[in-house]
Amino acid sequence: MSSRGRVGMVCLIVAEASLFAVFVVAYLFYLGKSLTGPFPKDVLSMPVLGTVCLLSSSVTVALGARALARGSVGRCGAWLLVTVLLGAVFLAGTAAEWSRLIMREGLTISTNLFGTTYYSLVGLHASHVVVGLVMLALITVFAWSRALRPVHAERVELVSWYWHFVDGVWVVVLTVVYVIGR
Amino acid sequence: MSVLVPPIETPEAAAAGAGWPARLHEWVVTVDHKRLGVMYVVAGLAFFLIAGIEASVMRWQLAAAGKTTVSPEVFNRLFTMHGTTMVFLVGIPIVFGFANYLVPLMVGARDLAFPRLNAFGFWAFLFGGLLLYFSFLGGDGLYGAGSAPSVGWFAYAPLTARAFSPGNSTDYWNLSILVMGFGTVATAINLITTTLTMRCRGMTLGRMPLYVWMMLVVSGMTVMALPPLSAAQIMLLLDRFLGAHFFDTQGGGSAIMWQHFFWFFGHPEVYILMVPGFAFVSEIIPVFSRKVIFGYPMVVAASLAIGFLSMTVWAHHMFAVGMGSPLNAAFAASTMLIAVPTGIKIFNWVATMYGGRIRFATPMLFACAFLFQFLCAGLTGVMLAVVPLNWQVTDSYFVVAHFHYVLVGGLVFTIFGAIYYWFPKVTGRLLSERLGRWHFWLFVVGFNVTFLPMHWLGMIGMPRRIYTYPADRGWDFWNLVVSLGVLFQAAAVLVFVVNVAIALRRGARAGDDPWDAWTLEWATTSPPPPYNFETVPVVGSRRPLWDLKYPADPDGPHE
Amino acid sequence: MATAVAPTPSMFAPVSTPAFAIREVSFLVLAIATFIFVVVAGLTVYAIIRYRRRPGDDGREPAQVYGSAQIELAWTVVPFLIVIILFLTTARYIFAIEGRAPTAQALEVTIVGNQWWWEIRYPKLGIVTANELHVPVSDPANPIQTFITLQSADVIHSFWLPQLHGKTDLVPGKTNRTWIEPLVPGTFLGQCAEYCGLQHAGMLLIVTVHPKDEFAQWVAAQQAQAADAPAARAGREVFVSVACINCHTVRGTPANGVFGPDLTHLMSRARIGAGVARNTPENLRAWVKDPTSLKPGALMPAMKLSDDKLDQLVAYLVTLR
Repeated sequence: MSSRGRVGMVCLIVAEASLFAVFVVAYLFYLGKSLTGPFPKDVLSMPVLGTVCLLSSSVTVALGARALARGSVGRCGAWLLVTVLLGAVFLAGTAAEWSRLIMREGLTISTNLFGTTYYSLVGLHASHVVVGLVMLALITVFAWSRALRPVHAERVELVSWYWHFVDGVWVVVLTVVYVIGR
Repeated sequence: MSVLVPPIETPEAAAAGAGWPARLHEWVVTVDHKRLGVMYVVAGLAFFLIAGIEASVMRWQLAAAGKTTVSPEVFNRLFTMHGTTMVFLVGIPIVFGFANYLVPLMVGARDLAFPRLNAFGFWAFLFGGLLLYFSFLGGDGLYGAGSAPSVGWFAYAPLTARAFSPGNSTDYWNLSILVMGFGTVATAINLITTTLTMRCRGMTLGRMPLYVWMMLVVSGMTVMALPPLSAAQIMLLLDRFLGAHFFDTQGGGSAIMWQHFFWFFGHPEVYILMVPGFAFVSEIIPVFSRKVIFGYPMVVAASLAIGFLSMTVWAHHMFAVGMGSPLNAAFAASTMLIAVPTGIKIFNWVATMYGGRIRFATPMLFACAFLFQFLCAGLTGVMLAVVPLNWQVTDSYFVVAHFHYVLVGGLVFTIFGAIYYWFPKVTGRLLSERLGRWHFWLFVVGFNVTFLPMHWLGMIGMPRRIYTYPADRGWDFWNLVVSLGVLFQAAAVLVFVVNVAIALRRGARAGDDPWDAWTLEWATTSPPPPYNFETVPVVGSRRPLWDLKYPADPDGPHE
Repeated sequence: MATAVAPTPSMFAPVSTPAFAIREVSFLVLAIATFIFVVVAGLTVYAIIRYRRRPGDDGREPAQVYGSAQIELAWTVVPFLIVIILFLTTARYIFAIEGRAPTAQALEVTIVGNQWWWEIRYPKLGIVTANELHVPVSDPANPIQTFITLQSADVIHSFWLPQLHGKTDLVPGKTNRTWIEPLVPGTFLGQCAEYCGLQHAGMLLIVTVHPKDEFAQWVAAQQAQAADAPAARAGREVFVSVACINCHTVRGTPANGVFGPDLTHLMSRARIGAGVARNTPENLRAWVKDPTSLKPGALMPAMKLSDDKLDQLVAYLVTLR
């Protein structure tokens, strides 16, 4: 691990993991403690499509980074575009779920402890997805404009590490919110 | 300012001429770790003066029972701002500012790993600091709703809820620290990356100066311990602005959870502040004792142990909260345990002095006072780990005494020592030894006169954070003594400021290596050129300059 | 009446069983800490004096000593052993003090912290009062502890009377328990020990420890209904009609508010405003006229009464013995 970028990105991931851990702890601590409804098992349904898309996007981003390492800017751009689209589907799913929860179920961040912990944890994750998508979209544009070159392979790999981290966090959030919590 | 221009002119300076707007612009856009380091320390010292004034006003009020110099509101803002300023706007920037300056030089690198991220970290800190102090001006409105925060530096819930802290003063506290936190994590990432990937040839991890090791530990702690504070602050933001219930006890939220999250950050934080002090004396004591540090591997191991253990002791700030006997006992155990590696380091420093030829230049004076004062601080810390005793003295002036012995008797003293030690390197000029002695003795007397009696005041029942006290408690005399000590400390700081001002203008030229030291920063000019070293050094031991000065008996085979 | 001397609330002048226990373990840890300080500081002083550079020093470097495994081992193991002893002792005291359970005859008190006063209730005795706790003394023939349930109506407070016990916090949303066992009669002082806002400094505590019979008299007096002196009827009318009843309770009148202290036996208390002023008619008058004149920031609103109404009201209040 002798490259500056790698060490830096690992440190960033550790810091972010520490940030998320606290929200996860709060979520677990407050399970079952809401004074009023709605309650998780009444209103939550497993976001299957979004999860499949997000986790697949880890595969596509890895393929994109590898393509660039092997010298193919065009293929990298293509894989990253797919990644961005998959991520966008995930976000759209989150948006749809939130819309349903707010409009139909009457669950907001101030409704009860479930609302508070749910929106903050899922929202924190979603904000990190947004940042990742912005980065990946930028790289896709650079690939298309040919500003991106094989010498940038390590930088793209580091962005893919961030993306893998975001996906890893989703696995944790999924387990805590939709499996343990329901 | 002229002493800070390096011997070889930077292209920008040459092109832009010597006018002050051009020089100011250079500083504002700089990404040079040395300049940013100086900026951090100067800003930190400026906040130190402000926080010192805040403390002086408080001690004026508490010098006698029932004084009404300032209103209760103002007093409560003063102790909140004093604590918040000292921790976040003085301690953190100064220790990271020094690291900024020294780490690349000590590892033989030309800058930190991410120079622009470095600049971001500084400006995030400065913005946060100005935002916090803007609260004195901003936030007018309902009675009690405006002005500076008055929730204490650890801002316990639910006092920070909208219901109990209306207006925006708490939000200034929350947001400014949140912003600064990002900058601090960025700097920590920078330091870790630099230390792990940019050491010069020959410098294995086992040959790094102890200062670099300890800043590595500090940075690791920062990366893990700062985000929980940010998380808690985001939660508080959501509570206050969006009606969330994280800490809303009326809505089922937990006040204790804030304390757990805060102290999970807060305890490592105080080690993040103190370990750099250890790092300073680990460089100063050997040089002025003329002996290699005793037991380098053990000091490294102890530092790593402290870094790790500091993340396991946080709830010793919560013994009175009602966690139950098993948890109380567990945290007592971990807290007592961390005293072992800390004590080991003190023994190593004393053993370094033993058998040496100690020269009591000003840096060494401060390091010696540190040894006694930090010993006292560590021992009162062990006392605080004895939970039943903690039930008596927590939240009292005993605890105030303890942590000021750590952070002033420990950290501030070592910071002053570090300034006297490295000022010649940074500016090319020596500070006056005579004024340094005056500074030292005034400060040692003032510090101990103020903070030693506080132990007793806590033990005879005086709680902390009170703007006044009744006259019938028997606290008057020692409070007066405590307040008198402030005069000596103020005089000491004044002497220091004068010393710096004079030295900048007409201090004696320092040369590359005025202290006959052994680490790489002394192998280049004073001040160093922007690129640090003409040729990147290659090292063969922990003391490269010792090897150069004593080629017949280099360190390598002994290590 | 119990003795009136109010000494400095020192943890080294305990009068109650848990405070005695704490002082005991404190002496042990103070002794250990002092010993360590003397040894280490002594060695440091020795090193400073013995190894300082003398005037005629030739500038040669002294022998470089890089370390010693045996010495390092010694000064790791010895502190570790001290830590073990200290921890085991500490754990024993923690469990002994916190694990104490009430006996059948223990007195039960509930204290609810408010900004910035203490609501004190004796649930089994039907007594509600404020700021000044009265308890019976515990003597060997008749040991009796007082167990205190601690709750908060708003923010975190902390109950601390150093001569009686260490402090325990009052946390909203949580119920804590503590206990005292005063062994001599007398008056003992304390105050809130967790910053709770503007008047944290003005949230004082007085505990009066009575001999057994005296305590029974106090209880009987507190259980009685409020006095209803005919001469003070005018003031009673003012009290009942001017919003006082929204916050205060006076048992035997329509007043049953719970946001402020119970005033049924107001005059049995030595001080008002949670200790900030003596309980005299003048101070009462000033308080009712404008509480912030005695306690800046107090949450009770100024009642804006005319002088006549004020006089009548105070004349009524002073009958509430």
